[in-house]
Amino acid sequence: MTAATLLSYDDALARFDPVLGLEVHVELNTASKMFCACPTTFGAAPNSQVCPVCLGLPGALPVLNERAVAAAIRIGLALNCSIAAECRFARKNYFYPDMPKNFQTSQYDEPIAYDGWTEVAVDEAAYRIEIERVHMEEDTGKSLHVGGATGRIHGASHSLVDYNRAGIPLIEIVTKPIIGTGAAAPVVARAYVTHLRELLLSLGVSDVRMEQGSLRCDANASLRLGQDAPFGTRTETKNVNSLRSVERAVRYEICRQAAVLTDGGTVTQETRHWHEDTGITTPGRSKEQAEDYRYFPEPDLAPIAPDVAWVEQLRATLPEGPGRRRSRLQAAWGFSDLDMRDVVGAGALALVEQTIGAGAAPAAAKKWWLTELARRANEQGVELAELPVGPEQVAQVQALIDTGRINDKLARSVFDGLLAGEGTPEEIVAARGLEVVSDETALGAAVDRAIEANPGAADKVRAGKAAAAGALIGAVMAEMRGQADAGRVRDLILAKLSP
Amino acid sequence: MDDTIRASAADLAAAMQAGEMSSVEITQAQLDRIAEVDGDLHAFLHVDADGALATAKRVDDARAAGEAVAALAGVPIAIKDVVVTRGLPTTCGSHILEGWIPPYDATIVTRLRQAGLPILGKTNMDELAMGSSTEHSAYGPSRNPWDLGRIPGGSGGGSAAAVASHQAPLAIGTDTGGSIRQPAAVTGTVGAKPTYGGVSRYGLIALASSLDQAGPVARTVLDAAMLHELLGGHDPLDSTSLDAPVPALVDAVRDADVAGLRVGVVRELGGEGYQRGVRARFDEVVGLLTDAGAEVTEVSCPHFDYALAAYYLILPSEASSNLAKFDAMRYGLRVPPDGVADPSAEQVMAATRAAGFGDEVKRRIILGTYALSSGYYDAYYGSAQKVRTLIQRDFAAAFDQADVLLSPTAPTTAFRFGEKLDDPVAMYLNDIATIPANLAGVPGISVPSGLADEDGLPTGVQVLAPARADDRVYRVGAVIEALLVERWGGTLLARAPSVTGTR
Repeated sequence: MTAATLLSYDDALARFDPVLGLEVHVELNTASKMFCACPTTFGAAPNSQVCPVCLGLPGALPVLNERAVAAAIRIGLALNCSIAAECRFARKNYFYPDMPKNFQTSQYDEPIAYDGWTEVAVDEAAYRIEIERVHMEEDTGKSLHVGGATGRIHGASHSLVDYNRAGIPLIEIVTKPIIGTGAAAPVVARAYVTHLRELLLSLGVSDVRMEQGSLRCDANASLRLGQDAPFGTRTETKNVNSLRSVERAVRYEICRQAAVLTDGGTVTQETRHWHEDTGITTPGRSKEQAEDYRYFPEPDLAPIAPDVAWVEQLRATLPEGPGRRRSRLQAAWGFSDLDMRDVVGAGALALVEQTIGAGAAPAAAKKWWLTELARRANEQGVELAELPVGPEQVAQVQALIDTGRINDKLARSVFDGLLAGEGTPEEIVAARGLEVVSDETALGAAVDRAIEANPGAADKVRAGKAAAAGALIGAVMAEMRGQADAGRVRDLILAKLSP
Repeated sequence: MDDTIRASAADLAAAMQAGEMSSVEITQAQLDRIAEVDGDLHAFLHVDADGALATAKRVDDARAAGEAVAALAGVPIAIKDVVVTRGLPTTCGSHILEGWIPPYDATIVTRLRQAGLPILGKTNMDELAMGSSTEHSAYGPSRNPWDLGRIPGGSGGGSAAAVASHQAPLAIGTDTGGSIRQPAAVTGTVGAKPTYGGVSRYGLIALASSLDQAGPVARTVLDAAMLHELLGGHDPLDSTSLDAPVPALVDAVRDADVAGLRVGVVRELGGEGYQRGVRARFDEVVGLLTDAGAEVTEVSCPHFDYALAAYYLILPSEASSNLAKFDAMRYGLRVPPDGVADPSAEQVMAATRAAGFGDEVKRRIILGTYALSSGYYDAYYGSAQKVRTLIQRDFAAAFDQADVLLSPTAPTTAFRFGEKLDDPVAMYLNDIATIPANLAGVPGISVPSGLADEDGLPTGVQVLAPARADDRVYRVGAVIEALLVERWGGTLLARAPSVTGTR
């Protein structure tokens, strides 16, 4: 696997106009699967959430999950789409061990929603993204390739298949060709996926966790000679599974294709694989090798004809637009314009909202997401929402602080534990022994020792210089290894040294 | 024992209700009969004596305790091996499912179990329900009790042979293009294909999803109606199941009358290509119905001429997709490829499917894969669906003129083993009269119409009605049965040679 020759980004943009197309797959958060009653809990023991239907046993038949249809319609409406008066599922036929029926039940030429648009803001500019279609399908199982060095099928000695994911409802959102973005193409691509994620989160239809695969993106890119020139040949880069990677992959493809074209070559129409580690794409299947999926209407399911009244009912459940939502939240939280801009800019609006919803004070919610967690996300090169710490847990950590069981410094250690997957905040506090010492006798003894060891500072406090207590507090906190309530320590010192 | 095994399901149910017989006695009599004669007939792929007797005992106990039981409680039944049965081997007549014990029951099996019908076993069939003779069964053919050198029809030849040879009073069949009705016709039994959606397909190993229907196989129209009522009705596990109550079929049989009924004889389903004796018996039935007060007219369904061609595009297309699940990954046969040290999943799939499927199955998978291919879809699958619409319109127009339609069930009597095995089209033609009903989703019944003079073998007459009017096929079927039994002075099966198991 070697990197292709690349043209510099500036040179590429000087010669070519990029055209994008984005296909986003979203796993819905319905309680049950698309065509059976099996639960959809992430991370359950392999093959514990399966039945004859999602295992593709002979004789089993699908029954459509109405809530998944409702979610698909709401997504369509939120993207300003038309909703099909009647549409059908089709069978996409191909053989693969993690496909239980060896066909995927998916919408094909009759999507539930079509012809929509949405607007994405990048810096000061707004880009209108046209939506081609929103369609429903089922997820496949998951193959685990064992025995190789890379975890890929190549070199593996055998593979294990987990069918828990098979049949989980998926929505595919496909844009029309995105034109006119020029040099901003990679940033627009990232902004679109970010925007879509916020939208889906506000609809409450998906967990949209890219690192868990509940939101997956395929990025199409092509180059043409100018804004009026015909579209060039496109490539489809598969499994671009972080927001940062969306931007990087698009940028990489622009540079790579530009090099090919500048060299007098032609771009091959193919799927390409994105490599997160090396930041490059490599060829997958070409158009000639592309499978013939032999689509035909799924005879085991009746056509879907959403009632107009139902669609209107669903429309009424759509969340408010982004602008109104921000004003409302800003007022409710008492944030300044600057605070609010920081929150939105960090992509933390929904996270902060949910953290507050889970019981934290607005200032505390904002503080954790924009400082401690932002730093860690930055270190790992992921978005805030991609961290394995969620709003619920942040609120739980803050609750521990509010009840005086830990302090801010100990909270950082709790976040370490959460990021390492050590359990709930409560469990981490217990396992790591983080609880502050509230034993007055122990604290009193530590204070006495600090006064004895720092007679100079003690004298100053006695003389009325309360600020000098800092040195004593520091000494006590050091002895207690940070596990004390600094406010309480301060009170004890002042009480003991009061004139 | 002879009286017991020859009794109708309705009579057996009445005898149990009256306390004259127990289900254990009846079930044991059937098991003894199976042990005696099935070596000759090979109607069964699997017999579950213990399970059947246990159910029989439970029903007897319930009855003795004064509990309310279903009408057919305690009447033993045989089930075509296309139907998934929890804990009982289900092969669908194919090596591909050899050794598979399903972990769940088809909805119709659940209904049979809840109603307390002892399940005698699983009956033989053409592999994956593809065929008209059972000669395509991976486990060898079943034999026709009227002539052990001839086919019992197919694909449900096992169920028909079991009922015709008094190994079971009732059986389940499935009908995709005639697999209940054609075996009924050639064995002198009764078989009905319900309206599409009338009986749940959940747990039927799908051949062609838009055509498959399960239905009753019996010796009398009343027995078929009783079983059909038990099987039918909405099933939330089958999205194509009709959300409507089953029509009153038993009432239709008991009040059977054809006076003033408009009977349409389908011009395209008769004449050339139909055996002389089949035609003669059919004409007699038409005469009897006329005498009984029916208004018989001829109707034309011009697009029926294209039904067979459309069927052999739609069926293989759907089948090629339905059968893709047999891939050696999760259940059934697994065959490693020859001479490959470290085979990939794909190679194992290919080797297993090569070894596990018979020629007819492969032929249809290839046909269907081709018909659905990009560039051919419109010409083949697309055109076939258009023909299907035209056939549905033909039916609609015909049912404007007639309340029921009538035709011979099959163009010939039972043929000899091997006669059509090397000529698939000749084999397919045996379903020419039954296929249109599947393409349109309408109900049909086959009842015995007599014996062909030239070979002394059973012939059948088919009654078709509009979708959801299953009661009409039973009404007319019951009248035909009554008139013929009166004329013959007994049932047709009473004239069958006795099968002794000594062959």
